[in-house]
Amino acid sequence: MEIPYTVEVRPDTGLFNGKLGVWLFLSSEVMLFAALFSSYILLRIGSVEWPHGWQELNVPMAALNTVVLIASSVTMVMAWASLKVNDFGKFRLYLGLTILAAFIFLVVKYFEYAAHFAEGAGPWRSDFLAIYFTMTGLHALHIIGGIVVNSYLWGPGAKMWKTQPERFTNRIEIAGLYWHFVDLVWIFLFPVLYLL
Amino acid sequence: MDTHAHEDMSKHVRTYLMVFGTLMVLTLITVGVSYLHLPTREQVFVALAIATIKGSLVALFFMHLIDERKLIYSVLTLTVVFFIFLMFVPLATILDKIVLRYQ
Repeated sequence: MEIPYTVEVRPDTGLFNGKLGVWLFLSSEVMLFAALFSSYILLRIGSVEWPHGWQELNVPMAALNTVVLIASSVTMVMAWASLKVNDFGKFRLYLGLTILAAFIFLVVKYFEYAAHFAEGAGPWRSDFLAIYFTMTGLHALHIIGGIVVNSYLWGPGAKMWKTQPERFTNRIEIAGLYWHFVDLVWIFLFPVLYLL
Repeated sequence: MDTHAHEDMSKHVRTYLMVFGTLMVLTLITVGVSYLHLPTREQVFVALAIATIKGSLVALFFMHLIDERKLIYSVLTLTVVFFIFLMFVPLATILDKIVLRYQ
């Protein structure tokens, strides 16, 4: 049986099913990260002393990662826009750049983590570092998830472009929604953890 | 695809690039302000205000929320309500102090 409403819009929702599905998933993701932001507030208002993020963390590296991730959001939306004008070559280029940026983000994050552990400053050191590693660790898992999905769509999954181009374009659109969400979470994580 | 669609898309692409530029400038500002080492309350306000603007730009333009179906807005409204509620839950731990102050 064929999956319904992958291309055509479902009359009662006004959407193709995948898009509604991803938005519902992202809503649950908002609550997942909200629980952690809420925990951060709880820990911070309950603590006797709380360090400034910039005292313990590497702001320039995190700022670099912010630029990398925002740039990857732009290349992601450009990948989708390229499919909209039937330019598969450009799509491959832009999605490839998105995946590359995701790897750069992880490498920078790795150097940050490695420097902390070299100083013995792991999550056991303080409440601040515990919530820092929890939140950035969960975010990094999301980056890895994005790399897996985007790599599939760049490689074997791209075959769908030849047979069902509109369906494939929709897939890129909703993979993009997820990727922009991961960017959005970082936009809040960066100031909250590093700059306050 | 016809030329009309191409023109339409290049307009979109221009918007994406403008949003990108704005996000970069806002990132610079938020990092710059953090080096001023403002008092915590002001610093929190500035950092969260800029993050909210940046987040809104991403949601509105990259995630196309500026022009989306009603059902998605309904889902997100519910999410935002619960999100705000969750942010205020930690206040419950200091309610006794707040109540005492105004008694």
